[in-house]
Amino acid sequence: MKSIGGKRLVAALLVLALLGVAAAQSLTFWSWRTEDVDAYNGFIAAFHKDHPGIDVTFTPYKNTEYNTILSTALQGGGGPDIVHLRAYGGMEPLAQAGLLVPLGDKVPALKDFDPNVLKAATNRADGKVYGVPFALQTIQVLYNKDVFAKLGLSEPKTWQEFLDVAQKIKASGIDALANGSKDPWTVETLFGGVAPAFYGCNAFYDKMAAGTATFEDPAFKTALQRMVDLEPYLASNYQGVAYSDMQSLFAYGQAGMLIGGSYELGTLAQLAPNFHVGSFLIPNDQGKTCETFYVDGSYGINAASKNQDADVQFINFLASKAYGQMFTDTLKQISAVPGVVPTDPVLAQMANRMHSEGTPYLMLTLFRYGQPSGSTLLQNEMQAVLAGSETVDQAAANIQRGVATWYKFQ
Amino acid sequence: MSGARGWFRRNGHLVVFLLPGLVLYGLFMAYPLLTSLSYSLSDWHGLVRGAFSGLANFVKVLGQWPYNARFWGALSHNALFFALTLAIQSSLGLFLAALLSRKWRGFAFFQAVYFLPYTMSMVVVGFLWLLLLNPTWGPVAHGLRLVGLDAWVQPWLGQRSTALITVILVNAWHWLGFPVLVFMAAIQGIPREFYEAGLVDGANEWQGFRHITFPLLLPSLAMMSILTFIWDFNAFELVFVMQGASGAPNYATDLLATFFYRTAFGDPTTGGEPGQIGLASAIGVLMLIIIGAASAFGVRFSQRTQTEY
Repeated sequence: MKSIGGKRLVAALLVLALLGVAAAQSLTFWSWRTEDVDAYNGFIAAFHKDHPGIDVTFTPYKNTEYNTILSTALQGGGGPDIVHLRAYGGMEPLAQAGLLVPLGDKVPALKDFDPNVLKAATNRADGKVYGVPFALQTIQVLYNKDVFAKLGLSEPKTWQEFLDVAQKIKASGIDALANGSKDPWTVETLFGGVAPAFYGCNAFYDKMAAGTATFEDPAFKTALQRMVDLEPYLASNYQGVAYSDMQSLFAYGQAGMLIGGSYELGTLAQLAPNFHVGSFLIPNDQGKTCETFYVDGSYGINAASKNQDADVQFINFLASKAYGQMFTDTLKQISAVPGVVPTDPVLAQMANRMHSEGTPYLMLTLFRYGQPSGSTLLQNEMQAVLAGSETVDQAAANIQRGVATWYKFQ
Repeated sequence: MSGARGWFRRNGHLVVFLLPGLVLYGLFMAYPLLTSLSYSLSDWHGLVRGAFSGLANFVKVLGQWPYNARFWGALSHNALFFALTLAIQSSLGLFLAALLSRKWRGFAFFQAVYFLPYTMSMVVVGFLWLLLLNPTWGPVAHGLRLVGLDAWVQPWLGQRSTALITVILVNAWHWLGFPVLVFMAAIQGIPREFYEAGLVDGANEWQGFRHITFPLLLPSLAMMSILTFIWDFNAFELVFVMQGASGAPNYATDLLATFFYRTAFGDPTTGGEPGQIGLASAIGVLMLIIIGAASAFGVRFSQRTQTEY
């Protein structure tokens, strides 16, 4: 008996020792945010303070190669413990292939997230949430307050006033808008800034989501036409102006306005620390506005990860309000965690408008679940329309025809 | 049994020598090729493989809009890519090779200069020209403005009319040193006696080139044409780096390889969309058929031009 008791003690000690080893776990965390390495290392250090037994290593890959690297690794049964996921159609195939862990019952904080925001991390097939959304982006006009003050301009209240403002900036010798069309995706950003007020914001969005309206709707064509109306005010040689050129033109005062995402604020602060930036939404003819927003992506757990308990602890940290505040203050982006208010006043203004008059980014949130995606079609067709080699009618017909190959219209 | 053992005793060393190569070839060439062939015959739901679907993927690529428009568009861009590159290397390249073979003073320097771009990575070349041709800050535009040719400054890479030609010229700039080197080696391999005999018969420079150098260069020209064909129909990096995976603007620089890439993995410029593995594999198989068939034909044809001195 005694000896058996001794064996039990040894066994118990052994189990404890093993648990101790297991507690000092190290998690890997893959991402495409190469520019945010320092920020994430800071977040991880904050997590490590409360969870000294868990180490997290943040490894970012090149933005345009990340999707391929991640899906290859996950399919091979490898990959990281924590996965930085794209949103909407970018994450869904991974969830559908059973490579991610559903988080509904593991992350209690998700219940308080906006249901519209959670859509970005939901697999439509089973309705489960597979990620904790991290950032929300909005699209609007950013403007150089010094240029506006010098020319005596104020934020426009109607489309015509907006065109007048653009005309006056152009007449002063600099570009009115820094926007170019060399990089196709920036054409979609332009669409996100100009189109919603003209196609009718959420009313039209809901019809598209239900499949009861098409891209050949007169309202949608009007919205595309308004993009074309801005052609004279885009950057000089805009067809050759790439994204980084747009950022520089705006930051260094060679263009008065930039139709861009809320994520530009962070870059702008780095390029030109003393820049006085303001923002407004493009109004339609009657002065109605709405603000395009979307979820950037989410944090998920690899189903093949061997450290599920530690993964869940870290993911819960990423869903906390403390993390959300840290995230928005460090990266100057709108946190997806409910109740977090950005300290940056311009960013706070964007977040406020999103809550009162936000409309989801049309192509990303509805039409990136199949190929050819609405985004690819819109970007390329509008490049052709802006260059004058296609009409708005042709572009709308092509977008409709392409999306209809996989999306069900009524 | 003894027959088999006897065969192995006689030929066993061959097997031992062939095995490492066969294993590597099987693992990295035959296996992926066969997988992509089987992928192309299946239905796919995102990353999940579905049922056998026969030739449905091929029918879709070749017959259903927008895939057929993209496929034939990309194929014609590859054809233009090849034709222009071939024209440049067989004219300018051959001219430079003939000139540099003269071994005049300082020519070794130029030989190195022409070959230098070829030693650079395609990605570096792409970024370099992206910067040089930038219409806002680029040195080419700046230089044109300095001499008063403001109207000549164009967004070369952003216009449908100029983008593909510009990419092809950048590729030629990068590539030209290689054919020049091959042609020079071939020219130097032609025995001097032929030219001396020609000289005795009263042939001038041009006649020497036309009737001695050129015919004897045909095998090298043919071989370079086949290599150029294979490389140009597989071209990818330059367009990917300079114009993105969608072959911007509006698919004007789209190639078979970029079409394949974004169909397989989704257009990365949109931040991610689901790929279509079956369809992409069908594109890959079609590329293999086109390149394989044309190369086989080219090799057979070029064997007729072989010359022995």
